[in-house]
Amino acid sequence: MAVTDAPKLITARFDQEDAHTLAGYESSGGYTALRKALGSAPDAVLAEVKAANIQGRGGAGFPAGTKWGFLPPDVSPRYLVVNGDESEPGTYKDRLLLERDPHQLIEGVLIASYAIAANQAFIYIRGEMPFAHERVAAALNEAYAAGYIGRDIMGSGWSLDVVLHWGAGAYIVGEETALIESLEGNRGMPRLKPPFFPAVKGLYMQPTIVNNVETLSNVPWIVNNGGAAFAALGTDESAGTRIFALSGHVRRPGVYEVEMGKTTFRDLIEAPVYGGGIRNGRGLKAFIPGGASAPWFYEEHLDLPLSKATVDKAGSMLGSGAVVVMDETTCPVRAALRVVRFFAHESCGKCTPCREGTNWLEKIMHRIEEGTGRADDLDLLLDVSDNLSPGIAWPPRQTTICPLGPSAVSPVASSIRRFRDDYVAHIDQGRCTHD
Amino acid sequence: MGRLNAGNVALAHEIIGRYPRTKSALIPLLHLAQEQDGWVSDEAMVHIAELLDLTPSEVLGTCSFYEMFKREPVGRYLVNVCTSIACMLGGGDELLEHCEKSLGLTPGATTADGLFTLNEVECIAACTEAPCLQVNYRYFHRITNEEVDALFADLRAGGRSGEIPPHGTLTRVRQQVDPQRWDGRGGEGLPEERS
Ligand SMILES: Cc1cc2nc3c(=O)[nH]c(=O)nc-3n(C[C@H](O)[C@H](O)[C@H](O)COP(=O)(O)O)c2cc1C
Ligand code: SF4
Ligand code: FES
Repeated sequence: MAVTDAPKLITARFDQEDAHTLAGYESSGGYTALRKALGSAPDAVLAEVKAANIQGRGGAGFPAGTKWGFLPPDVSPRYLVVNGDESEPGTYKDRLLLERDPHQLIEGVLIASYAIAANQAFIYIRGEMPFAHERVAAALNEAYAAGYIGRDIMGSGWSLDVVLHWGAGAYIVGEETALIESLEGNRGMPRLKPPFFPAVKGLYMQPTIVNNVETLSNVPWIVNNGGAAFAALGTDESAGTRIFALSGHVRRPGVYEVEMGKTTFRDLIEAPVYGGGIRNGRGLKAFIPGGASAPWFYEEHLDLPLSKATVDKAGSMLGSGAVVVMDETTCPVRAALRVVRFFAHESCGKCTPCREGTNWLEKIMHRIEEGTGRADDLDLLLDVSDNLSPGIAWPPRQTTICPLGPSAVSPVASSIRRFRDDYVAHIDQGRCTHD
Repeated sequence: MGRLNAGNVALAHEIIGRYPRTKSALIPLLHLAQEQDGWVSDEAMVHIAELLDLTPSEVLGTCSFYEMFKREPVGRYLVNVCTSIACMLGGGDELLEHCEKSLGLTPGATTADGLFTLNEVECIAACTEAPCLQVNYRYFHRITNEEVDALFADLRAGGRSGEIPPHGTLTRVRQQVDPQRWDGRGGEGLPEERS
């Protein structure tokens, strides 16, 4: 087992009672990275983040430094938008970063904005998280008063305003172009890409960088310790550490920051310092490796490392860092239905395949679970799935404006492929065989 | 009731001033209306439209997209029980069932005294803390049936007001804008001028 002794980069202050206050944050090294960054050129800061090779932590895993480099030069204003909409089932990390260490994020926002020459940043927080909102608001107020945000920061001549914005209940707003629509005061529906790549045409049609809370929370550490030090953690392909929310049937569900690439799913689920194994000494049925959108994994995937490339190659994704464990007693039909219900509920309705398809998937799955499924329902499920995600391939071939629609196919296709007998038994016996 | 009161109008102008374009203040202003009345009335939406120079239907268009905005009165306490996948595995269904019994409600309904509305909701980002629920979006992690009953009893008796403000009040800490520190350059050079 490889429980590595990598340092905690972003959860180090989680046990520090007063970390959310400016005094508490500064007493443990806070805002030294900002000072350091402002003492060098924006390009030098960008170079460090590129050297760190940090992949975005919001789901897609795109390298942050590369993304920042996409901004067209000399177009202003340009914006930084922080994605704090965390709402994919299984995902629980950004809320903790906001509540426990808000200044760490704010320092990351300041440094990132400096590197990309933005003068205004927006922190978009999911509406259902008022405590996170309160913590960030208080931290912003302190940072403004201390002169770390606002006009002529630390005498550098560079200015930044940070606006705290809050959502109002819609998962789809987590998709970056929908987030921008929402920030503009509109219904939170994704925009077509191309042409609306945020780096080119984002907020108010200006160049915009959207980054996840966890991604930006890493930036102060990277600046303090150097991009090379970050890249030295993990593997060449998946650098640094990452927060995983481990939930479901483990002895110790929890939020763990682990070194990428070297730690395996087995380590995370079984090591005494992490999950401690499956509850009640039971066996594993399946686990979701990266949030509700991810195809399921099984026993044979346990020894895969937590690395983007490896997990992608094995047919799923690390996504939002959410590992959901199901023990052998779990009804796969009920579990898949629960995930499908989420997507049907959250479809924004802009594209027909997603609006209609996710609802059909839910309806059919529901009748199978209830015991009124029909003999040809499995074929029907796969047919609807194929309409949403042609070929039911991984990565999905999209028929829709955003990846939400095809994501709904993951739990259906996964569970039918692996547990077809359970589906057939539900239909034949006219009841849930796990009740 | 209805239109924003004078204090909230002042706050609304402050919020509007923070954004390069006024329409961006729409969701924050809807929250403000909901905080004032506990829900968002047609009168409030008309008033917000006036403040933002939008049509009332544009305001409704945005408002109706977002689940947190209630366009009719709801209970003073919104009890949201998560039954998404991680919570389902961790006892969320049983927790919901207990709440139904304890409140005598099916999901979506409100008690006759207007105190509680019960909802079955999707993931609230507390997945490792199942079973869990929110009351007016304040979290209760790994909550037991006994704790649920005690919580509801406290709320019925008018307790816990410090911890759980009435429905509509989201944040009790607002971002303060000190004009001395506020740079306000973000909107500079935008094709569409601030109205
Ligand atoms: C349906 C959908 C929901 C998403 N939800 C979130 C979310 O809640 N938080 C997040 O950071 N990214 C979310 N994303 C990913 C964003 O579109 C975007 O890739 C990310 O915020 C970029 O930040 P990063 O590069 O730092 O990861 C979602 C994407 C999709 C398609
Ligand atoms: S795929 Fe679904 S959620 Fe995404 S834009 Fe289309 S309808 Fe909306
Ligand atoms: S699944 Fe219930 S909080 Fe995430």
